[in-house]
Amino acid sequence: MRSIEQTTQEILQLAAQQFKLPAGSLAPGDDFYKKLGIDSLQALEMLSRLENHFKIELPDYEVQGVSDFRTLAERIQARL
Amino acid sequence: MLDLRNYSSIGEALRDALETWPTDVCLIESDRGEEKLRLTYHEFREAALPLAKAMQDFGIAPGDRVSIIMTNQSKWLISAYAIFFCGATLVPLDYKLKPEEQWQLLKHSGAKMLITEYGIWRQLGVSPGRANAANLITVLATEAPENADLAGALRWEEARGAQPPVFVPRTRRDVACIVYSSGTGGVPKGCMMTHENYLEQCMSLTAVYPFWPGVRYLSILPTNHAIDFMVGFFGPFTCGAAVVHLRTLRPEYVREAFPKYEITYVSLVPLVLKNLQKGLQARFDELPASRRRAFEALRNINRTLTRDHPRLWLSRKLLGQVHAAFGGKLEAIIVGGAFTEPQTLQFFYDLGIPVANGYGLTEAGTAVTVNDLKPFRADTVGKPLPGMEVEIRNPDADGIGEVTVRSKTVMAGYLNEPDLTAETIVDGWLRTGDMGRFDSSGHLQLFGRRKNMIVTEEGKNVYAEDVEQAFEGLRVKEFCVFAANFIWPQRSMRNEKLILVIHLEPGQAFTDELRAEIAARNSRLINYKRLHGLVLYPDDFPLTASLKIKRNELAQRLGALDREQSILPI
Repeated sequence: MRSIEQTTQEILQLAAQQFKLPAGSLAPGDDFYKKLGIDSLQALEMLSRLENHFKIELPDYEVQGVSDFRTLAERIQARL
Repeated sequence: MLDLRNYSSIGEALRDALETWPTDVCLIESDRGEEKLRLTYHEFREAALPLAKAMQDFGIAPGDRVSIIMTNQSKWLISAYAIFFCGATLVPLDYKLKPEEQWQLLKHSGAKMLITEYGIWRQLGVSPGRANAANLITVLATEAPENADLAGALRWEEARGAQPPVFVPRTRRDVACIVYSSGTGGVPKGCMMTHENYLEQCMSLTAVYPFWPGVRYLSILPTNHAIDFMVGFFGPFTCGAAVVHLRTLRPEYVREAFPKYEITYVSLVPLVLKNLQKGLQARFDELPASRRRAFEALRNINRTLTRDHPRLWLSRKLLGQVHAAFGGKLEAIIVGGAFTEPQTLQFFYDLGIPVANGYGLTEAGTAVTVNDLKPFRADTVGKPLPGMEVEIRNPDADGIGEVTVRSKTVMAGYLNEPDLTAETIVDGWLRTGDMGRFDSSGHLQLFGRRKNMIVTEEGKNVYAEDVEQAFEGLRVKEFCVFAANFIWPQRSMRNEKLILVIHLEPGQAFTDELRAEIAARNSRLINYKRLHGLVLYPDDFPLTASLKIKRNELAQRLGALDREQSILPI
């Protein structure tokens, strides 16, 4: 099973890829709305990709109010 | 539809609806593309009555307040009907609020019972805010796993009384719902909506946009919001129509739902509508040149032929592929919650998809004006609905003044806030704080706000005062949050921003450290509440005798400064 660090790194890589940012430009503490310049709908699209990647289902309420990669990683990790 | 003039409460109308169309489908629930539930009106009734009986056994009496904090799903509507059946008052709260904010509103509303989902309760039940809301006695949680720790809640599925419940009649003037129209940092604004408000609003809206058995409404906006409560519950139910719920709002499942369920109506916030526009435009741009020219020619023909009013059958023929993606049965997209850009409205209308935009606020019972499409006017928010008196107060030379509304749909007042109520409803007229004028054909045009708040494209009302909490203890002499347009009025409903005004201590410098602290606190705010910039103000803030900031006076003084030069980035 992945460690939380691995999960976090994979999320950062996928997000950078999806929103066309240089690899390594995102950090766990970053606010993804701000850093990626995305709105709530694009955030949902990102979640869909993460769900496919990690092969999990993340109910919408689990990610309400989450805006940084670290907390997102914790929520995903709990479902792996 | 039912003749709502003959009814005195929501519960009474719903009770008749469930008996009028027993075999028609009223609810469909789907999760990740898979249909999980389909209920007829009769089955809905069978699911709700044992819950109503259980609630009566728990001691829920007429006028007691019962809150629902749930995502859009069948149990939301079943619970709401049970609440109305018992003559209780519904307090629908936003499931997207933080647990401490939800507890604050649960306390403010005086709710005795809460109905929520286990996933939400898991966070809510352990939040420290719970200790303050001693008024809350019973919690029912839906969908809890078998061995779940319920933290004092009971299982919704097991709350079923064996005997038939007793229907409790209410009068039109009784409060049906307490709807919170704003955030929670300042004074919670709990709009007391009466049964009459809903009955009248439903009649007005369905006169322009009718529902009928066979209609399928896709419910995406949160049901606690006034729009979805009306067009995603009460409206369709009193007309024998069906509501479709999606448990996951990922864009791919929303897209799939349109053709799968042949959706008739959907409500969206402007942000989602704009996104849809972007997606469609990208697909049009990808077409090979010859096909794009053909498509544009058909769109131009459609535009010409629908100038006076929509001709859906014709648009569906001309632009079949676009309409097929929406299921081919879409009558209109209802857009609300915030201001929509005219070019977005026009984009959809030109494709033969009317967008029912309008203007409303919770205090007025949702919609005040709506575009009647005769003809479509993207540059306005439409004409007043039947039963609405709308006047422009104190118009300036251009005819622009404050929009005021008198109607049977206007709320009874704000819960526990008589002063605020008296300021807002004057001689029976609701002062909206929005600036507008009527054009020569009776369409309302909006020109900005004169209140200290912003509305985001996602339809969130953000009051400047609510955001101040996040900056408490900031090491400056004093500070205040404003909507930039409140200080420097703009004749626009777009680009609304919040700013922080700070006054430093004598001799204090504006250091990088202070800026960093403001930035850090700002980033902890939920994205739509974040500040856009800050203003350094050199003088003492004007204060009242009780040392509160005189916001209007300070705003007036700030208004003398140059907007562009004064706002510094955070």
